[in-house]
Amino acid sequence: MNAPINAPINILGRLLRSPAGVAGLALLALLALAALSAPLLFPGDPLAIAGAPLTPPFTDPAFPLGTDRLGRNVLAGLFHGAQASLAVGLAAAAVSIVAGALVGTIAGFAGGLADEALMRVVDAFQTVPGFLLALAFVSVAGASLPVVILAIALGAWTGPARLARAEVLSIRERDYVAAARVIGMHPAEIALREVLPNALPPVLALAAVIVGNAVLIESALSFLGLGDPNIVTWGSMIAEGRNVLRSAPFLSIVPGIGLVVTVLGVYLLAEGLSDALASRKARP
Amino acid sequence: MNRALRLLRRRLVSSIPVLLIVIVGSFFLLELAPGDAADAYLLSIGGGDPALVQALRQSYGLEGSALSRLWLYLTSLVRLDLGWSVIFNRPISGLILERLPNTLWLMGSAVALSFTVGSALGIVAGSKPGSWRDRMLSTGSLALYAVPSFWLGLVLIVVFSVQLRWFPTAGIETIASGRHGLARARDIAWHLALPVAALGLIYLALFLRMMRTGMAEAWRQDYALAARARGLGHRRIAVFHIARNALLPLVTMLGLQAASMLGGSVVIESVFAIPGFGRLAQEAVAGRDAPLLTGIILVSAVLVILVNLAVDMAYALLDPRVGANEVAA
Repeated sequence: MNAPINAPINILGRLLRSPAGVAGLALLALLALAALSAPLLFPGDPLAIAGAPLTPPFTDPAFPLGTDRLGRNVLAGLFHGAQASLAVGLAAAAVSIVAGALVGTIAGFAGGLADEALMRVVDAFQTVPGFLLALAFVSVAGASLPVVILAIALGAWTGPARLARAEVLSIRERDYVAAARVIGMHPAEIALREVLPNALPPVLALAAVIVGNAVLIESALSFLGLGDPNIVTWGSMIAEGRNVLRSAPFLSIVPGIGLVVTVLGVYLLAEGLSDALASRKARP
Repeated sequence: MNRALRLLRRRLVSSIPVLLIVIVGSFFLLELAPGDAADAYLLSIGGGDPALVQALRQSYGLEGSALSRLWLYLTSLVRLDLGWSVIFNRPISGLILERLPNTLWLMGSAVALSFTVGSALGIVAGSKPGSWRDRMLSTGSLALYAVPSFWLGLVLIVVFSVQLRWFPTAGIETIASGRHGLARARDIAWHLALPVAALGLIYLALFLRMMRTGMAEAWRQDYALAARARGLGHRRIAVFHIARNALLPLVTMLGLQAASMLGGSVVIESVFAIPGFGRLAQEAVAGRDAPLLTGIILVSAVLVILVNLAVDMAYALLDPRVGANEVAA
């Protein structure tokens, strides 16, 4: 009974001992801070005109990173953009993992024809490029934040589904599942209360990678003008700066650095997490 | 060879239901879109009377229920007819065939670049896991993998086109240059250099990391110890024993990344204004051309299946264990 309670704390301890994990956590904490402080430091609409257009960076103390073509504060956009990127990344990963884990668990547990049919659907989703799928979905449903989140999840749920199914297949033959069956638990109850929690750790390691990908896909959608037009995102800032790429390249380059830092933070955290999980496995 | 052929047949058969799901799924997804091709066309010409609407719907095959139209779509697919593009006002099959080569060149070159350079650098990193070389390459590749490809493309344009003026900013070749043969090929390669780099560098990081991880694991295997016990040199073991075994998973990854790369080409082609398959997808979305978008999704699914088939075949030829039990079964 001890193991399930202590396991998360142990993993966290090992995570804090891996340099990659610490670096990832630090970067993400910084971004979360920027996202949370955005409404306090830069109240008002970051899409509103704030000053003279195309102020170069480091020239005007009111606009440390300058202004864009329409005179909007780049630094304010950067802070508010962190909100959008983190929110979309986390929400898309949450939706795809819950949906994928559910489908994978059902498929693995049901077996037979239902399993076969569900896995063919997973195959079909994996055959279509996730970005094309997101593009098509946004074009049908109209660009808004929830639609973008769903569109990204549409291409990302198959990974967790496959993983959860494989875990279930290896777990369902174990003794504690047989024991639960013997005491008369309903198959659905066994699936949700016994099998799913045990299949979760590797799914969580996959989660970080999905978050990183989701941030990148969101930025690409915004870059193509398919993001929510009412909020500022780093992708839309890059697209806006692209119009003056020759005269003011910083307008496109600065928000891109924000993207790189975010995704790198997520990947570093994933690496630290997989190290922590691997060392758990190595020491039985 | 017989083994590979049987595997091929099995895979072909199993890909039919998958393709059917893709067709039906994308058909109904785009069915949900408000408005149809006739509305889009009317908008582009500024409107028309009900008789014209009726005639348009009839000529586009938009009459009747969704199911009857799906049946019509499926039966015309058998004849390789993907329907009629509204925004280009021409058959979709021809349009896609015209745009596809540009994208295939872009993707092929990006794969070649990322696979060769990525695995080579991966061997450098993996021949001594934990060394300063390994740590530098591993960290560098992780950072590179976090870069959005379209942003990398813009940075490359700023540095190499705007500042250094080494490469053109856009297009697939010099317009109306009248070049032929080798001169034209050189011109296209010159135009493709930056887009290939933008698309390929991210996958280079992926292959580097996979190769490195595979080699780090292989060093712990018994055969590495056995090779060392026989007195073979470190470099020889690294390249001929360790790297050789770590290379196989990279071939699988090649197939797994085909879909993601095709998606990536949409943004890259839009950054570099390359008239390819990916840009066609964006044009279809911008012009609300649902039949064209359905066709693009379908063709990309077929492409991904074909790439994975080729990868499976290559794998079966490289590794005699693959498919052996499938044939026995």
